[in-house]
Amino acid sequence: MPRINRRKLLKLSGAGAVAARTGGLAAILAAGKAPAYAQGTTLHWLRWNDFIPQSDALLKNQITQQCAKDLGITLSVETINGNDIQARTTAAIQSGAGPDVICALNNWPQLYAESTADVSDIAEQVGKDQGGFYDESTSVANNGKRWLGVPWCIVGNESSYRKSWFEAVGHNKFPETWDEYRDLGKKLKAKGQPIGQALGHSFGDPPSFWYPLLWSYGGMEADKGGKVVLNSKETIESVKFGVAFWKDCCDEGGLAWDDSSNNRAFLAGTISSTENGASIYLVAKGAPDKYQDEKGQPLYKDILHGSLPKGPAGKFSYQLPHTNMLMGYGKQQDAARKFLAWVHSKPVYQEWFDSQAGYSVGATTAWENDPIWNKDPVMAPFRTVARGAQFPGYAGPPDRRAAEALSKYIIIDMYAKAVQGMAPEEAVQWATSELQKIYA
Amino acid sequence: MAVSDLVSQRAFAGVPRRGAATRLLEDERWLAAALLAPTAILLGLFIAYPFCEGVWLSVTDARVGVPGHFVGLDNFAALWNDSIFRVAVWNTFVYTAVASVFKLGLGLWLALLLNRSFRGKAFTRAFILLPFIIPTVLSTLAWKWMFDPTFSVINWTLFHLGLIHARINWLGDPVLALISVIVVNVWRGVPFFAISLLAGLQTVNPELQEAAAIDGARAWQRFWHVTWPLLLPVTMVVMLFSIIQTFSDFQLVYVLTGGGPANATQLFATYAYQIGVGTGLLSQGAAISLAMFPFLLIVVVVQLLYIRRVEVH
Repeated sequence: MPRINRRKLLKLSGAGAVAARTGGLAAILAAGKAPAYAQGTTLHWLRWNDFIPQSDALLKNQITQQCAKDLGITLSVETINGNDIQARTTAAIQSGAGPDVICALNNWPQLYAESTADVSDIAEQVGKDQGGFYDESTSVANNGKRWLGVPWCIVGNESSYRKSWFEAVGHNKFPETWDEYRDLGKKLKAKGQPIGQALGHSFGDPPSFWYPLLWSYGGMEADKGGKVVLNSKETIESVKFGVAFWKDCCDEGGLAWDDSSNNRAFLAGTISSTENGASIYLVAKGAPDKYQDEKGQPLYKDILHGSLPKGPAGKFSYQLPHTNMLMGYGKQQDAARKFLAWVHSKPVYQEWFDSQAGYSVGATTAWENDPIWNKDPVMAPFRTVARGAQFPGYAGPPDRRAAEALSKYIIIDMYAKAVQGMAPEEAVQWATSELQKIYA
Repeated sequence: MAVSDLVSQRAFAGVPRRGAATRLLEDERWLAAALLAPTAILLGLFIAYPFCEGVWLSVTDARVGVPGHFVGLDNFAALWNDSIFRVAVWNTFVYTAVASVFKLGLGLWLALLLNRSFRGKAFTRAFILLPFIIPTVLSTLAWKWMFDPTFSVINWTLFHLGLIHARINWLGDPVLALISVIVVNVWRGVPFFAISLLAGLQTVNPELQEAAAIDGARAWQRFWHVTWPLLLPVTMVVMLFSIIQTFSDFQLVYVLTGGGPANATQLFATYAYQIGVGTGLLSQGAAISLAMFPFLLIVVVVQLLYIRRVEVH
C-alpha cells in the first residue's frame, strides 16, 4: 500500500474541494447532498424590509432551511429599511467586511461598480432560462461591460385609487391625461379626499411619480450623449403643472412623507389615490376586517389600479428594480455564487414570487406567464408594468451619474422647491446646475 | 569554597533582585511614558487616525470603493458654490443658537424649581431626566408620530380645542420643520441643563442667600447678585458642551425630517451623511464634515481658556 504522508493528504483533499466547487449546481443536485466545502459556510444576505411581510418570513424560514439542505450553506437574511441600504453598503465596502450579497434598489449598483464581483455568467444564465431580462433590469444591473449584480425583481408601481370616490365625482375609470387627473383631483380635494403623493427624500414613491411626470412633458435630465438638457421649456411646463397639481389636488403633508406614509394614509381613508406598489391593496385584502371603508365594507373591494396619465410627450412609468450584488470584499465568493444561482433558479424563485402575490413582477419576462396573474383581476395591470419602463438618466445612459443624481434627489427637490414657492424657472435652473456638476 | 565567596553570596541574596523592566520603570521619564501610553494609543486610534483620514479624504476625489487622487482644495471650492451646503450652514447656526438659548433658559428655570423643597422631590428629579435617558432615536420616532402630517396628535388636540381649523403641516413646511427639530432638541436637552445647573445651585452656600435677604435684597436681586455669579462657571461649561453637541447633531434631524423637506432642515452632519455615506461621495462628505471644524475648534479653545481661568481664580 503506498504511503500517504500529511502533505499528500492535504493536496488530495484540496483537489476534492476544488472539484466540488467547480461542479456547479447540477453537480450538487446530482450528488443529492451538499458539497463538503460548504458545510458550515454562512452567507449574509442584506435586503429591504419588504412591504409584503410574508415574503420576508418565507426567506428567513423556509428558504433559509432549504438553502441549508440543498447547498449546505447557513443563510442569514437581514432586512432593514430600504432608505438605509445605501449607508450600509458604503460602510461595508469601505471597511471591507459586511453582507456577502446586498440586494440594491433602483440604479444603485452603478454607484458600486468597482466593489461588486462579476456575476455575468450567473445573470446571463438566469436571463437565458427565464425569457430574458426587462430592459430596465439590464440597464440598472449592467454597466455595458459586465453584470454588476443579478436582477432580482421589479416592484410594479401603479396608482391605487378608491373606485367609489372616483365614481362619485363622475370618473368610472382612471384618467387618461394629466389634465383630466387634475380636474378629478380638484373635485376630490374639495370633498376632503385629496390625492396623496410623497415629495420627499425616499427611494420609492417620490421618484416613481415625479420622474414620469417630467418625461411625459418631454423633459429629460440628459440627452443620449450624456449632455445635461434639463433646462427646457418642457421641463418648466412639467414643473408648473406639478405645482398646480399639488396645490389643487394633493395632500400637502406629502412633503414630509416617506414610502410608507401614503400606505397608512390610504388605508386610513384620508387620500383617494396614490402612486404605489400593490402593497396597499394586498394588505387591505389580507385584513378585510381591519381595513374597511366608510360603509363598513372591506376596503380592498373599493380599490383599483391605474397607470399614470399621459402628457404632451406620451405616457411613462418608473418601476422599482432590485438587484442582488455579490460584494467583492466577500470571503465566500464561491459559495455566494452558488447561492445566487440557486436562489434565482426557477423552483426556488417561484416560492418567493408566489409569496409576493403580484407585488413584484419578475426581473425576467417569463414571469408574465405565471398563473398568479389570473387569480385576481385587480392585480392584472401589474403583469406587464415592467415593459417599457423608463429610468433616471433618461434619455442619457442610466449610469453612475444618473444614480448619483437620483441618490441626491435632485429631480424630486426641483419639484419640491417649486411647490414651496420657488419660481418654476428658478427651480429648473437650480436642478440643472446640480446635474451639470455631476455630469461635468 | 573560599569564605569571601560565601559572604558575598549571602549579601547578594539579602537584596531583592530587580528586573530590567523594574529598573526602567523607576526612571520617571519611562514611567510617565508607560502610564500615558494606553491613553495615547486610544486617542490615536479613535480620534487622531479618523481625523487624519477625514482630512486626507477631503482633499481627494475618493468615492465609495475608489481610493481617489489628490485634488487639493477642490472639494471645499465646490462647497462654496453649493446652495444646499449654504442652507446647511445657516440651519446649523440657527439650530444651535436658538436651541441652546432655550435649553439654558428652561434648564435654569427648572433647576431653580427643583432646588426648592417639596414632596416627591426625588421622584420629580428622576422623572425630569427621562427625555435625556431615552435613546434619541426612540424618542424622536415618537415625536415624528406627533408631528405626522396625517395623524399628528398635536393637530388633533388643537383641532378639538377649537384652536385650529386646518391641519398644521409641521414637517412639510420648511420653517415649521426647522422649528419642530429645534423643539425636539430643546425637549431632549433641557434635563441635561437642569440637572447640571441644579448640581451647581447646591454648591451655593444658603447663608449667602440669607445674608442678602437680611440686607433687604428681593428674590430677583438675590438671584442676579448672589446665585448667578456663583453659578456662572458651571453654566459656561454646560453651555459650551451643549453647543458642541448641538452643532454636530445628527440622529435627531435624520430621524425626524431626514433633512427635508427639500433640504430645508439639513445640518452639517446630515448633509455630510447624505453625500458621503448615502451617495458614496466620500471626499465631498468629508469636506462637509471638516467645514464644521473651525467653529468647533473656537468653541473648544474658549472652553479650555475659561476652565483655566476658573482654576487660576
